[in-house]
Amino acid sequence: MSLRIVVCVKYVPDATGDRHFAEDLTTDRDAVDGLLSELDEYAVEQALQIADEADDAEITVLTVGPEDAKDALRKALSMGADKAVHVEDDDLHGTDALGTSVVLTKAIEHIGYDLVVCGMASTDGTMGVLPAILAERLGVPQVTLLSEVSVEDGKVTGRRDGDTATEQLEAALPAVVSVTDQSGEARYPSFKGIMAAKKKPVESLDLSDLGIEAGEVGLEGAWTKVDDASPRPPRTAGTIVKDEGEGGKQLAEFLAGQKFV
Amino acid sequence: MAEVLVYVDHVDGAVRKPTLELLTLARRVGEPVAVHLGPGADSAAAVLAEHGAVKVLTADASEFADYLVVPKVDALEAAYQAVSPAAVLVPSSAEGKEIAARLAVRIGSGIITDAVDLESGDEGPVATQSVFAAAFTTKSRVSKGTPVITVKPNSAAPEAAPAAGTVEQLSVSFGEKSTGTKVVSRTPRESTGRPELTEAAIVVSGGRGVNGAENFHVIEELADSLGAAVGASRAAVDAGWYPHSNQVGQTGKSVSPQLYIASGISGAIQHRAGMQTSKTIVAINKDAEAPIFDLVDYGVVGDLFEVVPQLTEEVKSRKG
Ligand SMILES: Cc1cc2nc3c(=O)[nH]c(=O)nc-3n(C[C@H](O)[C@H](O)[C@H](O)COP(=O)(O)OP(=O)(O)OC[C@H]3O[C@@H](n4cnc5c(N)ncnc54)[C@H](O)[C@@H]3O)c2cc1C
Ligand SMILES: Nc1ncnc2c1ncn2[C@@H]1O[C@H](COP(=O)(O)O)[C@@H](O)[C@H]1O
Repeated sequence: MSLRIVVCVKYVPDATGDRHFAEDLTTDRDAVDGLLSELDEYAVEQALQIADEADDAEITVLTVGPEDAKDALRKALSMGADKAVHVEDDDLHGTDALGTSVVLTKAIEHIGYDLVVCGMASTDGTMGVLPAILAERLGVPQVTLLSEVSVEDGKVTGRRDGDTATEQLEAALPAVVSVTDQSGEARYPSFKGIMAAKKKPVESLDLSDLGIEAGEVGLEGAWTKVDDASPRPPRTAGTIVKDEGEGGKQLAEFLAGQKFV
Repeated sequence: MAEVLVYVDHVDGAVRKPTLELLTLARRVGEPVAVHLGPGADSAAAVLAEHGAVKVLTADASEFADYLVVPKVDALEAAYQAVSPAAVLVPSSAEGKEIAARLAVRIGSGIITDAVDLESGDEGPVATQSVFAAAFTTKSRVSKGTPVITVKPNSAAPEAAPAAGTVEQLSVSFGEKSTGTKVVSRTPRESTGRPELTEAAIVVSGGRGVNGAENFHVIEELADSLGAAVGASRAAVDAGWYPHSNQVGQTGKSVSPQLYIASGISGAIQHRAGMQTSKTIVAINKDAEAPIFDLVDYGVVGDLFEVVPQLTEEVKSRKG
C-alpha cells in the first residue's frame, strides 16, 4: 500500500528583505518578495528521503496562503514532490496560527495521509507550534523537532535534541512530524525537476470546498489581536575603534565602565 | 484576585530561572498558581513559594518521562479545570510552546508565543513580542478564551515575594492519546559547568572567524573570565567546531543577556534574530563593514586572535 505523505509548506516574506506590517497590522506581503520558507525545504527533503526508502509513496505538498504561494508549491514540486494542494481564499487574510491549523487540518483530511511532515517553524511567524497543534486536531501522535527521522514497518522513529537531553522517539503511523535544519541539507531542484514540476497537478481549494465558515478564520476570526506594532527604535550609534594593539584593553575599559568587570 | 497558572520548568525539582521570571510577571496579572509535573515537587515548592506561588499543584507519574508532550498537556488541562485561571503562562522552551499550543486548542483559547514582557490591560494581559528578527515590537492580546502565553527567558528579573506555596496533589487522568509517542531513550546533555545559554547574564559567541574547533578555547577563556555562557553562529556549528546546543539565532537559542560579545560573526539577519534584544552588544570583527557593527554599543575592528586574548587578560587582572 502506498505511503501517503503530506508536507506542509509556508510561503513567507524573504527574511533578508525589509519586512513590515500592513495597516491592519497583518504581515505586509507586498513589500518584500516571498519564497518557500527555508525551514520547510528541510521538510520536503526528509519527505523525499522517506519516500525513497518506501516501496511506494506519494508526496503531496500543501500550503495555505495567497495566490503567490503557488511559487512555494512549484519549488517543492521541482524538488521532487508529486502533487500540490493550495488553499486560497480572500477570507483567509489575517488568519492566525490557530485559524491556519483549522484549515490545514481539514485540507490534510481531504487529501488523506499516513504521515504529515512540517518544518520546525515558519521564518516569519517563528512560532513553531503548528505541528503540535495539527497532531492535537488530527488526533495522531506528534513526533516533532527531529534532527533525524525514518519510517519503517508503519512506525516513525527519530531523534529530538531538546534543551536538556537528546531523546529517541517512536510512534505508529499515522503521525505528524516536524524536522529541524539539522536534519540534512535540502537538495536543489534539478533542471529536469523544474521542467517536470510544470506538469504536476496543483489543486486549488477554497474555504467552502473544505466546509469552513468565513467567520472561523481571517482577521475577524482570529484568536489573538495585535494592537500595536512599532519599529524598534534604532540603536544609538556605538563607539567603534580600530585595533592598534590596544583594542582588547580599550574594550576592557568599556566593560569596566558598564560595570561588567 | 484571579489566579494565574504558571507551568514550572525544572530538572528533578531544580526550578529553572525562566520559571521564576514567569512568577514575577504572573503577579502583574493575578495570583500565581504553579503547576509542577514530575519528581521533586517538595524541593521546588519552597523556591516557588519564595517567588510568589500561592499554591503548587503537583502530579508525578511515569507517563511524563516516558511519552512526549501529551501527558503534560493532560495534566495542565486538569490544572486549568481545577483552577479556572485568568491566564496560563508557560516558559518559551521548544517543549513549553508545544504544551501551551495543545492546551490552547483544547480549551478553545488563543495563544501568544515568545512574549518578552507582560502587563495587565483592560481586556486581559497584554504581551509584548519582538518580531521580524527584532525589527518590530508588537503588543498583542488573546481575544478568545483564557489567554495562553509563552514567555521567553530573561523577560523579567525574578523578584522574591513570599507566598504560601501550599502543595496540593493534582489528579490527572491520562487520555488514550497520551501514550502515542514513546520516548525510547533519553541522554541528558553533559554539563559544561558554564551558565545556561538562555539564562546567562553574559554570552560570549564565536563565529566563522574563529576558524576551527581547536581555536574555540580563545572564546571559552574570555567567557570563563566573565562567568559567561558560550554561544556560536550557525557557520561555526555547521563546520562542526561547536555543538548545536550552543547555536544562537533563529534556529538555535534566542538569548537576551545583559551583555553579548560577538567575535568573528558577521551579523546575518538569522543570527541577529537570536541576540538583537541583548542589552549591551559588543563585537570584534576584522571587517569594518560587517553588519554586526550596526548593532553594537562598542566595536573593535581587528583580529579576534589579538583582541580577545588581550581582553581576557585584562578582565582577569582587573578582577584580581
Ligand atoms: C533558515 C535559516 C536559519 C538560520 N539560522 C541561523 C542561526 O540560528 N544562527 C546563526 O548564527 N545563523 C543562522 N543562519 C545562517 C546565517 O544566515 C549566516 O550564514 C551565519 O550566521 C553566518 O555565521 P558567521 O557570522 O559566523 O559567518 P560569516 O558570515 O562568514 O562571518 C564571519 C565573520 O568573521 C570575520 N572574521 C574572520 N576572521 C576573523 C578574525 N581573525 N578576527 C575577527 N573577525 C574575523 C569576518 O570578517 C566575517 O564578518 C540561518 C540561515 C538560514 C537560511
Ligand atoms: N500557511 C501555512 N501553510 C502550510 N503550512 C504551514 C503554514 N503555516 C505553517 N505551516 C507549517 O507549520 C510549520 C510551523 O509553523 P509555525 O508554527 O507557524 O512556526 C511550518 O514549518 C510549516 O511546515
